[in-house]
Amino acid sequence: MTTFVELLLNGLSIGAVYALIALGFVIVFRATEVVNFAHASLLLAGGYVTAVLRDDIGFLAALVVGVAGAALLGALIEFLVIRRYRGRDHSVLAIVTIGVDIVLLAELTRRIGSNVYPMGDPWGDGVLTLGGVSVPHTRVAAFVTAGLIIAAFLLAFRLTSWGVATRAVAEHPETAALMGIRLGRVSLSAWAVAGGLATVAALFLTVFPTPGLERGTSLAALKAFPAAILGGLDSTTGALVGGLVIGVTQSLATGYQSDLTFLGRGIGDLAPYLVMLLVLLVRPAGLFGTRELARV
Amino acid sequence: MTAASLEVREVSVGYGPVRALSAVSVDVPEGAVVAVLGGNGAGKTTLLRAVSRTLSFHGGTIGSGSITFAGRRLDRLTPAQVVAAGVVQVPEGRQVFARMTVADNLRAGALGARGGRREAARARERVHELFPVLADRAHQRAGLLSGGEQQMLAMGRALMARPRLLLLDEPSLGLAPLMADRIAETVREINARGTSVLLVEQNAAIALRLASSAVVLEVGEVALAGPADELAASDEVRRRYLGIADDGAAAPEGTAVEPVPAAPVLRRWSA
Repeated sequence: MTTFVELLLNGLSIGAVYALIALGFVIVFRATEVVNFAHASLLLAGGYVTAVLRDDIGFLAALVVGVAGAALLGALIEFLVIRRYRGRDHSVLAIVTIGVDIVLLAELTRRIGSNVYPMGDPWGDGVLTLGGVSVPHTRVAAFVTAGLIIAAFLLAFRLTSWGVATRAVAEHPETAALMGIRLGRVSLSAWAVAGGLATVAALFLTVFPTPGLERGTSLAALKAFPAAILGGLDSTTGALVGGLVIGVTQSLATGYQSDLTFLGRGIGDLAPYLVMLLVLLVRPAGLFGTRELARV
Repeated sequence: MTAASLEVREVSVGYGPVRALSAVSVDVPEGAVVAVLGGNGAGKTTLLRAVSRTLSFHGGTIGSGSITFAGRRLDRLTPAQVVAAGVVQVPEGRQVFARMTVADNLRAGALGARGGRREAARARERVHELFPVLADRAHQRAGLLSGGEQQMLAMGRALMARPRLLLLDEPSLGLAPLMADRIAETVREINARGTSVLLVEQNAAIALRLASSAVVLEVGEVALAGPADELAASDEVRRRYLGIADDGAAAPEGTAVEPVPAAPVLRRWSA
């Protein structure tokens, strides 16, 4: 039972981090109808900046610069690449983002090499023990931070002019333009927000028990894709639920791996995709989505 | 030239190789209601898109001609700048943001306007005065409103930007006759409060009742233009758009089976 609770808590924590990534994915899709395959490399870029700078300017400042840097990078991608293709076929744009991803990833891999950058976070490898259940401090911090950021994001999405503009563009770009909403700004801000959120996620993907940021970190980020898709690509609620589902599934599947040997090894890494496939079989538009993936 | 009048001069628009408008000129003097009539594919919506600068969403471009509002060229601005200049379009088919609440729809309408919170609040008050139902349903999703209510919301949303000129694309489309009449009444009221209106309509009876002058488009060209009452009295318009046959017998509007006398003055619109 203790194991189960521990796994569940770990899963919820990692799920909240996936939700951060999925949220950035969804916000870009809603604002621009682009499936952003460069999201994982945005995440790696933000994490890399944070990891490199933390020795010189301290952890917190490095994180702020990392978030700002990834936001800027996202905005740059939008401004230099995506904007040129606006109005074109969205599947073309999705492929363009694959190209951007390859370029970014190549450069980051060259810089990172085989290094592992510890994040230098204040939580270290401390473990919180409550009634026999132990959870690493980093997992608690991840859950709380991600929860707060997601709450703030959803409130902003619901209440601010930025949120109203983004939702209007998501529903009908041309009509939004008729209201005087600047589509370029909405799209730019969505990419920037996605970059910022991804950096926070990068931090929590690379702290204890993970040794640190390495070139493979973006692979871990890929698990947030099934989260976004099973939640429904155009739903913020879906990103949230999808993230948690994937996190818990992965955590439980990894934890009980020894009982699941008939499925072969490494089921924990596979489970997110299995869950996604099962959900899509029943609900092709995802749990909360309104548009089917054929749209992509 | 500081009066807030719209002048469309010899505007030609193409969607790729397809000509949609050829040298169309329309004037909307300050404070007037001007109607644009014509069948499907005549270029009515294209004309509005040219003014609101949303042609690019459909792959269209202005080939030649000029569009000025209050002495300022509109045909080089972005859609947002056109809204800021005081020209706001209500799109065909209403296009309310169905997943957003009525209140958020109105908020979206105010995003492109100049001025701050206080002016937006005043605009909302005026919209609620004009359409009390929008205040009652403020927190409902716009998609749950009836067709007539959605049309009211679409118009209210546009009014949130405090336009000096309102472009209305088929406001009566798909509405019950009673509701269409109510919308017409509201258009008159909006105009009485000082907003000029460029009204695109297939329902010529309503349009000619509201407008002071009208333009008839056929296959992208101005076929007739003049004061609304003169047009309403002209045989051609009566037969084609008001559904009144020459012999006095009522014929259904715009159907292909209506009797066509020899040598019609106007070409028939396609589709």
